[in-house]
Amino acid sequence: MLKLEARPQLSRFWSYGSPILALLITVLIGMALFAALGKDPVKGLLVFFWEPIRSGYALGELMVKATPLLIIALGLAVCFRSNVWNIGAEGQFVIGAIAAGYVALLADKSTGPWIVAAIIAAGVLGGMAWAAVVALLRDRFNANEILVSLMLVYVATLVLGYVVAGPLKDPMGFNFPQSKTFDAVTQIPRLMKGSRVSIGLLIALGGVAALWIFLFRTRAGFAQQVGGLAPAAARYAGFSARRAVWIALLTSGGAAGLAGALEVAGPIGQLTPYVPAGYGFAAIIVAFVGRLHPVGMVFSAILMSMFYIGGELAQSRLGLPKSLTGVFQGLLLFTLLACDTLIAYRVRRKAAPKPAPLSPASPASSAPSGTASLQVSTPLTAQPVAHATEGAL
Amino acid sequence: MTPFRLQLANITKRYPAVVANSDVSLTVQPGETHAVLGENGAGKSTLMKIIYGSVKPDEGTVSFNGQPVHIRNPQEARALGISMVFQHFSLFDTLTVAENVWLGLDKSLALAEVTQRITAKAREYGLDIDPSRPVHTLSVGEMQRVEIIRALLTNPKLLILDEPTSVLTPQAVQKLFVVLKQLSSEGCSILYISHKLHEIRELCTACTVLRGGKVTGVCNPQNESNESLSRLMIGAEPPPLQHRELKTGAVALRVKGLTLARDDQFGVDLDGVSLDVRAGEVVGIAGVSGNGQKELLYALSGEDTRAEPAMIEMFGHSAARLRPRGRRRLGVHFVPEERLGRGAVPTLSLAQNMLLTRDNAIGKSGWIRIGALQTHAAKIIARFNVKAGGPGAAARSLSGGNLQKFIVGREIDANPKLFIVAQPTWGVDVGAAALIRGEILALRDAGCAVLVVSEELDELFEISDRLYVIAKGQLSPSVDRAAATVPQIGEWMSGLWQGAATAREAAHA
Repeated sequence: MLKLEARPQLSRFWSYGSPILALLITVLIGMALFAALGKDPVKGLLVFFWEPIRSGYALGELMVKATPLLIIALGLAVCFRSNVWNIGAEGQFVIGAIAAGYVALLADKSTGPWIVAAIIAAGVLGGMAWAAVVALLRDRFNANEILVSLMLVYVATLVLGYVVAGPLKDPMGFNFPQSKTFDAVTQIPRLMKGSRVSIGLLIALGGVAALWIFLFRTRAGFAQQVGGLAPAAARYAGFSARRAVWIALLTSGGAAGLAGALEVAGPIGQLTPYVPAGYGFAAIIVAFVGRLHPVGMVFSAILMSMFYIGGELAQSRLGLPKSLTGVFQGLLLFTLLACDTLIAYRVRRKAAPKPAPLSPASPASSAPSGTASLQVSTPLTAQPVAHATEGAL
Repeated sequence: MTPFRLQLANITKRYPAVVANSDVSLTVQPGETHAVLGENGAGKSTLMKIIYGSVKPDEGTVSFNGQPVHIRNPQEARALGISMVFQHFSLFDTLTVAENVWLGLDKSLALAEVTQRITAKAREYGLDIDPSRPVHTLSVGEMQRVEIIRALLTNPKLLILDEPTSVLTPQAVQKLFVVLKQLSSEGCSILYISHKLHEIRELCTACTVLRGGKVTGVCNPQNESNESLSRLMIGAEPPPLQHRELKTGAVALRVKGLTLARDDQFGVDLDGVSLDVRAGEVVGIAGVSGNGQKELLYALSGEDTRAEPAMIEMFGHSAARLRPRGRRRLGVHFVPEERLGRGAVPTLSLAQNMLLTRDNAIGKSGWIRIGALQTHAAKIIARFNVKAGGPGAAARSLSGGNLQKFIVGREIDANPKLFIVAQPTWGVDVGAAALIRGEILALRDAGCAVLVVSEELDELFEISDRLYVIAKGQLSPSVDRAAATVPQIGEWMSGLWQGAATAREAAHA
């Protein structure tokens, strides 16, 4: 029999090892999936993990997909570290894309390259505005930000559907629900010829450095995180909880909007109903697999990008449905959450029962409560704490 | 010869970080009131949980009435006739007394029948309680009565009480002792866990002393002195505190008619609280927990800024609307009673926890100078003798006493002009408690105004120059420590002081 035993301290090793173990398990389950679908598992793996890095062009495509994921995840990390659960980055991405697309459509032959800066700024502001709705409802009415932000994703998608079928529809577009193709001058500058990698990649890497500094070297970043780790301590220190909510949501909304602008004025080049590609949701996984750490998220963004490209390749090469991408993303998050147990617990082989059969009452739950009473002591408070487990039953 | 009611032989329980019990043996006779004495962290609670079946021992045997038993869970313990009253109550605020008791009983009984039994049991032992009252309207002492009645309804042969007097006024303690003496005269054995020596000497006829998880002595406490018990419990006697002639200065903190509605459903309304604290004196606030201490401290620390501007003055300026950082800029530092989660962030390092209240290592535009931060934390660790793995150790890796030394040190190191501290030595070992009390007095001698809120009367009598008592959200007049007596303060803890008209009606704790 195996049992879980609480560790005296959180394991540093497993906080880094857990994402790697999760990836291995995901790969194993993936191979089983390929086999069950009647495909060669090794070939399947190659499509996901080798094809995307095989050539310079493929690497470029990998970066093209990783860039928006990383930018959105950086913003989400600020949110999640401050215990604000913005699940609606997808919606903020879409509104950012609409705002950026609107500015891009204003350009004509005479417009200078400054329009790119305006497009990016519009994207950031659009994403922020959409996230500000969430912040306002949470701040004023204590509305649950998980629900509000998620529901606003659908609203944003419908807004996109409206503008491409209405105000921004291409008059010469045979009534297809899409905008004009943007003018060439609005194209986000690319880093090199023959690759679609744009300055977005540099912006993302700059964001990594900026986030690292903010989180680990500024008092504002510290205050932001204390609110997430221990709200009572933040209140004691005098760090404003309201401010933390606003900063978190505006940062992540702005980041998602920025990614939307880079996408719509970059690889896509026009507004269509297909702008939302699920980056906003995938970035949640990127953020957690990357341990909410700026550098960790670089790696997880690349990994998630592989899943995107692998899914598309699996469609063309192996004749498998593209939804395989979502399956892999879900598997990875699921196994990661399971593997994270190892950070706080270790697996022990249960000793052979000595005199009599030992308790069926969960040993894993009684052990930590015992240690807690030894190490942690808080005075009695006014309210009696209702421990439903102990005396009441 | 009758068999022992309870016999523990060579009990050992190891946790990953600590050996909670090591080779502990203990015997309880029928009808005996047996004390288990030890400092916080000595392993008393673990031992009781083993007897009650909520923790499994790694080694050793438990015998009940001469029969070896393997108690696998609290239900089995209760079936054997073992009941336990926990230090932290297991009551649901929104249910009535009878409903709470009903929850813990055999499901076949009707609520009316339970109500009747409660009334009968209450009458038998003189425990005055109304079964139809919702629990949130009860005082802490009354809640404990509910817990005791619930335990007695199972007709226990062994009753375990974990620190039962820590929430009671001295008068309520005497009432409890009457009940316990009646119980033991009826043949019920009692295991009485405490670290209060005079209570044990008054009530118990046998005593097992634990230190660091080991038995360090078995004795009859009635033949022992406080000093000899204390030596068994902590291995040494704490050094006496140095008291000095009082030199008070200007008023540092003045609270005038502070009236605040409760913030959460089960809180306490503050009702016209007035007090002042002068530079160079220690003022203590006594009271049973849950009488408004928490609310008062929130208002004083700036965590609650709802008070009217005139209600709180610090150094002559209105401070009621200042947030915690604004008050710290005035020289006000505060140590909250909850160490983990409020005074410190459990998962962050000690150095990072410095940033909660100190900005010595913060440069221009909010930049954190990591080197300076580490040095500062290391300085406090050294000065206050904190046993920790260095400035990088996570706050939660420290024992309660060491974390408290660190937090108190962090605030004292700021050279406060007004120092407010809640439960300075709660759950702290004797050595650390002596150090903290010494530092508080040193701060006072340096001209700082100190306000101490504590539930430990002994501690308040030891370090305060003046005392207030808080009861039901109202504050008593102040009394000089020299003029105060324990019975008087005890009366006041029930809200019975001259001029406390509204408190008197409500008080029957």
